[in-house]
Amino acid sequence: MSDTHAESVAYVRETAIPPAPAPVTEAGVVGWLRQNLFATWANAALTIAALYAIYLVLAATLPWVLGGVWTTDSLTECREVLQGRSAACFSVLTERWNQLIFGFKYPDEFYWRPSLAFVLLFLAAAPVLFFDLPRKLLLFTAVYPFLAYWLIWGGTIWAPVFAALGLVAGYVIFDRFGNQNFATGFLGGIAAALVVWILADYIVPLIASDDPLLPAVQSRDMGGFMLNMILGVVCVSLSLPFGIALALGRQSNMPLIRWISVVFIEFIRGVPLITLLFVANVVLAYFLPPGTSFDLILRVIIMITMFASAYIAEVIRGGLAALPKGQYEAADSLGLDYAQSMRLIILPQALKISIPGIVNVSVGLFKDTTLVSIITMFDLVGMIRGPILASSDWNGVYWELFGFASVLFFITCYGISQYSQWLERRLTTDHR
Amino acid sequence: MTALTDPQRESFRLSMLINDTRYRSLTFQAIALILVISLFAYLGSNLVRNLAAAGLNISYSFLEDPSGYDINQTLIPYTSRSSNLQAAWVGILNTLLVAVLGCITATVLGVIAGVLRLSKNWLVRKLMSVYVEIFRNIPVLIWILIIYGIMTVSLPAPSAFRGDNPTSSMLFNLFAFTNRGIYIPAPVWGPGSMIVVATFVASIIAVFAYRSYAKKLLFSTGRLLPTGWPSLAILLVPTILLFLVLGRPIGLDIPELKGFNFGGGIKVGAPLIALWFALSVYTGAFIAENVRAGILAVSKGQTEAAAALGLRPRRIMNLVILPQALRVIIPPLISQYLNITKNSSLAIAVGYADITATLGGITLNQTGRAIECVLLLMLFYLAISLSISVIMNIYNSKMKLKER
Repeated sequence: MSDTHAESVAYVRETAIPPAPAPVTEAGVVGWLRQNLFATWANAALTIAALYAIYLVLAATLPWVLGGVWTTDSLTECREVLQGRSAACFSVLTERWNQLIFGFKYPDEFYWRPSLAFVLLFLAAAPVLFFDLPRKLLLFTAVYPFLAYWLIWGGTIWAPVFAALGLVAGYVIFDRFGNQNFATGFLGGIAAALVVWILADYIVPLIASDDPLLPAVQSRDMGGFMLNMILGVVCVSLSLPFGIALALGRQSNMPLIRWISVVFIEFIRGVPLITLLFVANVVLAYFLPPGTSFDLILRVIIMITMFASAYIAEVIRGGLAALPKGQYEAADSLGLDYAQSMRLIILPQALKISIPGIVNVSVGLFKDTTLVSIITMFDLVGMIRGPILASSDWNGVYWELFGFASVLFFITCYGISQYSQWLERRLTTDHR
Repeated sequence: MTALTDPQRESFRLSMLINDTRYRSLTFQAIALILVISLFAYLGSNLVRNLAAAGLNISYSFLEDPSGYDINQTLIPYTSRSSNLQAAWVGILNTLLVAVLGCITATVLGVIAGVLRLSKNWLVRKLMSVYVEIFRNIPVLIWILIIYGIMTVSLPAPSAFRGDNPTSSMLFNLFAFTNRGIYIPAPVWGPGSMIVVATFVASIIAVFAYRSYAKKLLFSTGRLLPTGWPSLAILLVPTILLFLVLGRPIGLDIPELKGFNFGGGIKVGAPLIALWFALSVYTGAFIAENVRAGILAVSKGQTEAAAALGLRPRRIMNLVILPQALRVIIPPLISQYLNITKNSSLAIAVGYADITATLGGITLNQTGRAIECVLLLMLFYLAISLSISVIMNIYNSKMKLKER
């Protein structure tokens, strides 16, 4: 075939030219820079403006952070060391570390207890967060709330033990009767738990020793970042079941149940958290039987849990609404009753869809635990604004303290949201 | 073949209340009703007994009593002799003021950041995600306190502006940034100023009229009128001409140093600035995510189809992408506005006199009327939330995709 064009064309190439390397301006670092930073004139201007902004921020903060002093005992001492240089006095963090983390009234010799509870929290949360871990670890997760309560608050070990026993009794009854009739099992379980708790109310004072293994610590002595963690973890975990119940109630076809749920959810979502905290602080006492005194921390936990449940209910309702109607109908046509179809078909899918929303609510709630500083509880922000900034040693150390609080919250919240994104990728079952 | 007979009609048995689906829902609702009523009865009886024990009663007459405290930033006349009700009104207006200001700036910031997060420029994209992540993951209360700290600790005192060789000077000789707040020029309305204002309002209406005329012309005849420059001209030229002809009836009252403090102009207090700015940057980060998600929700095929029809990039954005993206963006945007309003209750942390700080703070503490104050406070926020969600529902039903 090579002589086909022999008369008409002078030369015909018979082999392919080897591919030439891309021009320098289109490949490698230069190519990337041209494409991503200097594609057009406007783009280049934007890049330079961004670089200048980064330079301004770093030039202002880097020397201040790197030149920081870590080892003085007061602001005046720190200023002497700095000799007029502008740099951070991070020594406030080292000197007041325990106050920032545990509050200013928690007994020093017991700091190991909340620290241990904090470390164990990861162990307890791990099987919930990562499904590949052995399922037996969930047993520890179930024990953890009681263990953590005992570690942090101390006192007689029998109170958490009986609280756990009540739950176990309730679960045993539910497991025995729940298979035949959900309602019987459910109500019977609640009754069994109540019986155990009422019995415990009489028994525990009798058998509690006067000198418990872990001495009791009062609730009002809790403070610092520990308080934020307690409120965040407790309220998020408590609000999940309530949120699910409220969401199902709002979807229910019983008008009365639906209206109760709607009114509760819309009322709670309509008011700011701070007004609910005011309720916990000054109003709730009027609605409790005369003479009872609830801990402020318990009242706050009740109100924040109500607040979080309403938001989580809305997220889960979104998940329920997003399920195709066919799923509900398929469950019905298999002959499953309401409890079974919810537990086996609807909720697993709806909760999966709602995970990003639930995590958003949890992160928001954890950030909102700082609001308790306004009703004079000494959480991390409360500690900074109150005892530390007001002390004569550290009056005026503003940026170091708030910078520390920001970093602490950023790490926690960013970590949680990264986890949720991982989980979302992990749980996607569609083939895209 | 056996004859089919009607099954025997069952008589009503008590177990049917639980086992028969016809009656079960009634049973559950009855139980729920009894539980709710007994809960309220229990709480109510406790309340009555507690109030009786403390010798209190529920009464709103304290609203008429003189409040006895001063408020540093008020939009309506108020003195310490005014009633508690007047103090509450001051608080309501202050809440609405910071909420409206916050919504405007948060939207501007959020839209800019959201669009830039989709920019082709790698550096700008990363910078904007750093902004969003940092501001979303740190509590807004900490942001309010940090910005309040910047306002009160880092800015110079008014005395720094004094003397022949002051250490601080005013920006453009118009704005003074001090640790007591920012002083901005106040407009002075001279005789005839209302004519200028009326002309300006009329020109705004005229701009809209011109644009709708241009659109109508385009759709009916296909003739394209220029809109950019003529709009600007209609907006500005008549007002400026009239302003000069009438001899500059609107002046500026520029703040100046008098003694130890600034006088004249409008003082925007440090608490207001801190709250406004913190709410804006914090909520702006959330809005940026909404905007980004909204733009990404418009499928690429829409852009390509519009390009295939021969539309230019700007028209693709205006006519194809934005209308579809807005449908996704606006509902979460409105709930962010609601969040700003609710978060503005954190004003109490920096001493800005919003409704939470006046009615729920000082009035509550001075009169001891906890139940009444907190109830009124909740009703106020509830009214705002419900009216915003009504607006949102109307919008949603209006914007719903018109499908078959």
